[in-house]
Amino acid sequence: MKKEFEVISQIIQNNKRVLDIGCGDGTLMEYLKANQQNDVRGLEPEKYLVQKCISKGLSVIEGDAEKELVQFPEKSFDYVVLSQTLQAFLHPEEVLDQLLRIGRQTIVSIPNFGYWKVRLHLLIKGTMPITKNLPNEWYNTPNLHMCTIQDFVNFCNKKNITIDKSMCLTNEKISAITKVNMQYKNIFSQLGIFLIQ
Amino acid sequence: MNSETKNIKKLNIDQSLELDCGKIIKNFPLAYETYGALNKSKSNAILVFHALTGDQFVTNINPITKREGWWTTAVGLGKAIDTNKYFVVCANVLGGCMGSYGPKEINPETNKLFGTTFPVITIRDMVKAQKYLLDHLGIKKLLAVTGGSMGGMQVLQFVSLYPDMAHSAIPIACSASHSAQNIALNELGRQAIMVDPNWKKENSTPDKGLAIARMAAHITYLSKKGLQEKFGRKLQDKGSLKFSFDADFQIESYLRYQGATFVDRFDANSYLYITRAMDYFDLEKQFSGNLSLAFKNTKSKFCVISFSSDWLYPTVENKEIVIALNACGANVGFVEINSDKGHDSFLLDVPEFLKTISEFLSSTYNEINNEKRI
Repeated sequence: MKKEFEVISQIIQNNKRVLDIGCGDGTLMEYLKANQQNDVRGLEPEKYLVQKCISKGLSVIEGDAEKELVQFPEKSFDYVVLSQTLQAFLHPEEVLDQLLRIGRQTIVSIPNFGYWKVRLHLLIKGTMPITKNLPNEWYNTPNLHMCTIQDFVNFCNKKNITIDKSMCLTNEKISAITKVNMQYKNIFSQLGIFLIQ
Repeated sequence: MNSETKNIKKLNIDQSLELDCGKIIKNFPLAYETYGALNKSKSNAILVFHALTGDQFVTNINPITKREGWWTTAVGLGKAIDTNKYFVVCANVLGGCMGSYGPKEINPETNKLFGTTFPVITIRDMVKAQKYLLDHLGIKKLLAVTGGSMGGMQVLQFVSLYPDMAHSAIPIACSASHSAQNIALNELGRQAIMVDPNWKKENSTPDKGLAIARMAAHITYLSKKGLQEKFGRKLQDKGSLKFSFDADFQIESYLRYQGATFVDRFDANSYLYITRAMDYFDLEKQFSGNLSLAFKNTKSKFCVISFSSDWLYPTVENKEIVIALNACGANVGFVEINSDKGHDSFLLDVPEFLKTISEFLSSTYNEINNEKRI
């Protein structure tokens, strides 16, 4: 399991209800179900991935988060997880509002557009950055709304969203983001992981 | 009892059952079939509900029609619903014509065929009758309930009536309440039967009407694309158009054949009763307009399946079930299977579909047996 999922699973307490948005092949769900006795559900737009999940005994619904989230009642999950997908939505703000409505707490991870390699790529080459985390060209990337760790924090502040935890990942190393090191982390982290409500 | 079906398995239900129409029936037969063996812990039983024109003979050769069972693609040795592993039970529905209490049976009070004197039955009546069969077989909790089309409606009704009787439920290509379009199509079939002059004559059957009903219904089971690919504008004889009303096109001939063979195995009055039961099905209304209340107490794990080209029970109607289940926090998975074969997809060899059922069932089976070991 990738490091990001390890971090996310450590945030999630045992025996809680979890909804994984864009759950893919269900790797995180499987781990949470088997090791932390979490009651897990998933939402995934790709048919073949949904079928994979159902085969593993995971309850996953085929559907698009931008349309499907309204059906879930308020605070019906202890945690809603959205891993590296926020930037791919047409209306990320609306999706985030839904996540906060459905979950008591929400875990969001974002690829950091403020990472130094991204900045350097744009500065030196003058073309849209391509990195390990952002492998696509501008014309075929699913990412419509890229943001930086700083952007996301500003956004939460503006919307009065409480950030309970903020961590970052760089080369598989995990560390905490604080007010003091924010500027630094915004340059040297590849991924931001936030627990919000 | 009609003579054709006297040698098949039947349970005589000696309790009384109050039907939704208000009538009380007692001492009535329910014909059924089982496949595979019930294990010691009685934890491997799957109740399959059949659709409008199905019967209890799910797989192998149907002893009455001598044709393959209606779900041979999915049920049998080594199939998705593997009878090596699972104990499969299926009953002919109330109102059916394969040995269960229905219009084709003799009314013991008059010694005449019931015909249209048979009481109008509902999906809920059908399901309640099958609960007696489970009691008779000593099955307290099923591994799964499943069925497509009207079979799926019975799945939904079953979990709503008996929220703790099935570990899992697989409703396929169905709806929680019959749509206006589907009622309209059923009415077309019923009218075709009822305008046949033979319908009201004693000792004769409205074969023409029933055949037309079947032809119309058969179109609704396919998709436009499927029809186009299979038949296109192909002519029956290689030559040219006949400039007549004979079956020039292959699709015409195909439909005529479907109609003609159907009347040999199905009773016209059963067709009236069962389509009526489908039309009356409205699970949402049973719960004052809130479908999620139907599933409020359910303990079952759901796998809802629809097909992309099914316009009779389209994905959107299947999704309403999923939405209602989510609204009450039930355990539900959903997938729409890509298929050009229309509503009939659930009866056909659609590998992705069969794989999904197979793996969902084995994961449920394993979960139950692991729990027991702990």
